[in-house]
Amino acid sequence: MLYIKCPHCGMRSQNEFSYGGDATIKRPELGKEISDQDWDNFVYNRKSLRGKHWELWQHISGCRQWIKVERDTATHEIFNTLKANEEISL
Amino acid sequence: MTQNFRLESGGLINRGKKISFKFNGKNYFGYEGDTLASALIANGVHLIGRSFKYHRPRGFFGAGVDEPYAIVQLYRNGETEPNIKATEQELFEGLEAKSVNCWPSVNFDVGAINNFLKIFLPAGFYYKTFMWPKSFWYKIYEPFIRKAAGLGTASIKHDKERYEHKYEYCDLLITGSGPSGLASAYAAAKNGAKVILAEDKSRFGGTLLTSDVNIGNQSGKEWADSIVSELKEMSNVTIKNRSQVFGYYDHNMLVMSERISDHLPKTKKYHPKQKLWYIRAKEVLISSGSIERPIVFGNNDTPGVMLSSAAKEYMKVYGVLVGKKPLIFTNNDSGYETAIEFKKNGINPIILDTRKEPQSEIIDEAKNMNINIKNSYVVVAAQGYKKVKSADIAKISDDKEKLGSIENIDCDCICVSGFWTPTIHLASQSGNKTKFKEEIDAFVPGTSKQNEKTLGAANGIFTLEETLKDSFEQGNRLSKKITNNDNKVSFPNVVEKKSAVHDKFWCVPLPKGKNYKRFLDFQNDVAVSDIEIALKEGYRSIEHVKRYTTLGMATDQGKTSNLNGLQLVSKIENKVVPAVGHTTFRPPYTPVSIGAIVGREVGKHSKPTRKSPMHSWHEKNNAVFVDAGVWLRPRYYKRGDENLFEASKREAKNVRTNVGVCDVTTLGKIDIKGPDAAELLNRVYTNAWLKLPIGKARYGVMLREDGIVMDDGTTTRISENHYHMTTTTAQAANVLSHLEYYLQLVWPELNVNVVSTTEQWAGAAIAGPKSRDLLKKLFPKSDVTNEGLPFMGYIEGDLFGVKAKIFRISFSGELAYEVNVESDYGYFMWEKIIEIGEEFGIQPYGTEALSTLRIEMGHVAGSELDGRTIPYDNSLEGLLSKKKDFIGKRSLTRKAFAAEDRQKIVGVVPLDKKTSIPEGSHLVKDSNAPLPNPKLGYISASCWSVEHDNPFSLAILKDGKNMIGKKLFVMSPLKNKVIPVEIVSSHYVDPKGERVRS
Repeated sequence: MLYIKCPHCGMRSQNEFSYGGDATIKRPELGKEISDQDWDNFVYNRKSLRGKHWELWQHISGCRQWIKVERDTATHEIFNTLKANEEISL
Repeated sequence: MTQNFRLESGGLINRGKKISFKFNGKNYFGYEGDTLASALIANGVHLIGRSFKYHRPRGFFGAGVDEPYAIVQLYRNGETEPNIKATEQELFEGLEAKSVNCWPSVNFDVGAINNFLKIFLPAGFYYKTFMWPKSFWYKIYEPFIRKAAGLGTASIKHDKERYEHKYEYCDLLITGSGPSGLASAYAAAKNGAKVILAEDKSRFGGTLLTSDVNIGNQSGKEWADSIVSELKEMSNVTIKNRSQVFGYYDHNMLVMSERISDHLPKTKKYHPKQKLWYIRAKEVLISSGSIERPIVFGNNDTPGVMLSSAAKEYMKVYGVLVGKKPLIFTNNDSGYETAIEFKKNGINPIILDTRKEPQSEIIDEAKNMNINIKNSYVVVAAQGYKKVKSADIAKISDDKEKLGSIENIDCDCICVSGFWTPTIHLASQSGNKTKFKEEIDAFVPGTSKQNEKTLGAANGIFTLEETLKDSFEQGNRLSKKITNNDNKVSFPNVVEKKSAVHDKFWCVPLPKGKNYKRFLDFQNDVAVSDIEIALKEGYRSIEHVKRYTTLGMATDQGKTSNLNGLQLVSKIENKVVPAVGHTTFRPPYTPVSIGAIVGREVGKHSKPTRKSPMHSWHEKNNAVFVDAGVWLRPRYYKRGDENLFEASKREAKNVRTNVGVCDVTTLGKIDIKGPDAAELLNRVYTNAWLKLPIGKARYGVMLREDGIVMDDGTTTRISENHYHMTTTTAQAANVLSHLEYYLQLVWPELNVNVVSTTEQWAGAAIAGPKSRDLLKKLFPKSDVTNEGLPFMGYIEGDLFGVKAKIFRISFSGELAYEVNVESDYGYFMWEKIIEIGEEFGIQPYGTEALSTLRIEMGHVAGSELDGRTIPYDNSLEGLLSKKKDFIGKRSLTRKAFAAEDRQKIVGVVPLDKKTSIPEGSHLVKDSNAPLPNPKLGYISASCWSVEHDNPFSLAILKDGKNMIGKKLFVMSPLKNKVIPVEIVSSHYVDPKGERVRS
């Protein structure tokens, strides 16, 4: 079971969180024209990376905040966690 | 029965307390502190089971967790448990055990014929034999194999025992209480670190209980006892026996099973049987010791052949002799320690040492005691069927290839020592890259991936002095890192006998003309010849060899067999052992009961049960409940002999004619506050929200980004910046997360807060033509006329002193209201509604009537909003705003979603107006068409229309828009039904929606 540092609550076990997918995906702005391809990329197309990547988790059984977690998908090592409003520096 | 093999004195058992037990129906006695194994051996019982494949007789091989043979079916307090190791099971009064894997009995076993058919059961026999004729497999081969093979029998009864889970955090977790575990725990505890020390056995001390050493001025055991009692006094130390750390998982989380009651005749009241500990440790010290390796020789599976360390443990801990004419077969000094112990107890052992001229203090001691030692000697084969009777022994050449002439000597047990294998399982599970250590012919932990460190014998260190030194140091160093204390413990003086180097000899060659089975894996009957066949057939990877031959795959997971298997593969392949590599170690280290893994999440406790504040009223009024997600809701209120169908029809009819009340507390409720609340609603719902007046409710539909309907519900504007959202019962949690996602990540600029208030409000839906009359009496001070409280209106009212929220919304399609009060007043509200509603003929209605009412009205619910439908499919396209963007809007332009013949909701009525339509049935054009019959749609919900008094269903139908009036067939292959039907509008009752506005 992963041990995730919630930026608000501190170290907590994985079973307090729910997974939220790729954290680098940006929702297209409302009301803006967007091509089918770009929309598909936003809604469906995800890379299944091996290695370091940023993902979203929600601390549902804690502070209910969405957080950003940098994790290695192969080793489960967690390098960094950020609050929802903090920018990822890639 | 007399305990013929019990020593006059000695051991750590309590001779003052006799314990009676039963094995295979016979009564025996042992003492408190015995294991089932030691008690049976004390009684001279060595035949305990049959082997997995050949059904050869099986005795005892070890004295603990490594035991491959002695697996029994245990009976305790009216329950039975399979595959218990007799070497681990502590004796208790009234214990009953039986052999497994033998039929009809352990002494006469029909399956033993496999032993003579073994030529037909070679490696991979599962894959080769029983292949034809094909039809024989299910009827003959498989049932026979299942009866002949297989281990114990699981109970099919409900397990009445309780199992608990516990989460724990510590600075240091130390796994094993031998010398390294005790020393490191002591050093760490002195530094004030929070320490958990786990010991698998009932007694602390590990090898200190059996080895002849001195620490300071105490014996090893005395030293262990004093350290343990000191640790027990320290508030920062948790010290647990009967506790096996069996798994090492991510981020330094380990799992330990504590056997709290397994050693007792009966679990004490309020106690669990076992407890599973999830331990998050800052640092882990693995002090799991080592397991003695066997040497491979002919018939080495005969009962009476066992590990020399086990023989010593039976003497020193249990005061039991495993035999009275012991033969010790060793390639190192450990065998001598066992021989010396025999001699001290008045037994004359013979030592066969594969080494030519070994010299050490221990060997000198054995010589001084006049023990018969034969150097360069090996056991070629054990003789005897159900117990060792003699041994064929021979001199072996210096190159270990040639055997001298064979002699037969009498013996009743053969104690084998092929040196020691470090127990690296936990380290390996943690991701540690293990390395091969030449000097000890075994793998040891290498580079750590997590915060773990391995100590003592588990790390390939076999001298006590070095072990203690390293363990004190590591315990001090790691705890200092955490607590910043540095309380040095003075290092005691250690007296131990020096050993000579071991002989890297592990397998006795076959004598000419003999074809003895030489076993590697004792539980799965994998012999040297099986590995040879597998390699001959082209299997190379050790992982493949393992699976093909089943080497190391039994319940002991090859604790005694893995390394010898590797030696063999490396020899045949002419590779060094590290090049062959070992198979992956996976948790659990040793079997864990399913009960412990499941814990208390059994039956009703497998999920929480949520009840509304009115639950006890429903119970008192004959409600029959149904699970709605985690909620319990009344399905119907039974009157007299009514069944579900009759009751729900009565309740629904009463709503259409008088007035009904339904508990709607379970609906999700979200409180939304902030100046941008309307903007948030406008973005998450498909329709327009910016101009909703205060005191008005609106129905809204939410989509996912992919255009699929996520949820629907009404949201009411309570005041300027305050909204009250309702969701479906099932989606309440998801909708909250959905809103939080957009507010926190996508539109953080919106000034809005959301919070769940589901449990803060109790809700009652009051529906029916007489509902306004009732409301007038409930809220005499409020204006609830059609003008004062119009459809989709909202007011606050005073319910006999209780503040209430009154919404004029309707799911039933009738004139209806939903009244909310704070949860604590829910019961009061409900009683008042029932009491005052009596004169209007009020009846409570359950979810079944609720469904009937919404289905015949064509209102969609979970069965239509099933994660596969878009707004159009549910005839909700009128709610899609053209003027604004919203979540999921862009997806609705996808080709399939915009197709002309897109599926759409319709009503379905059977032509005979009698036959009920099963939910989930398919709609087809021609019921006689050849299979696969093209499916046009499916029945999503069915009811008996109380308005029309005939069956009515909703369906999602391809090109539904143009199908109204068409005749189709409903087919339900499951119920074997074909029903001719007519497609009608989904709004079967009051299509213009006049009632809700009346």
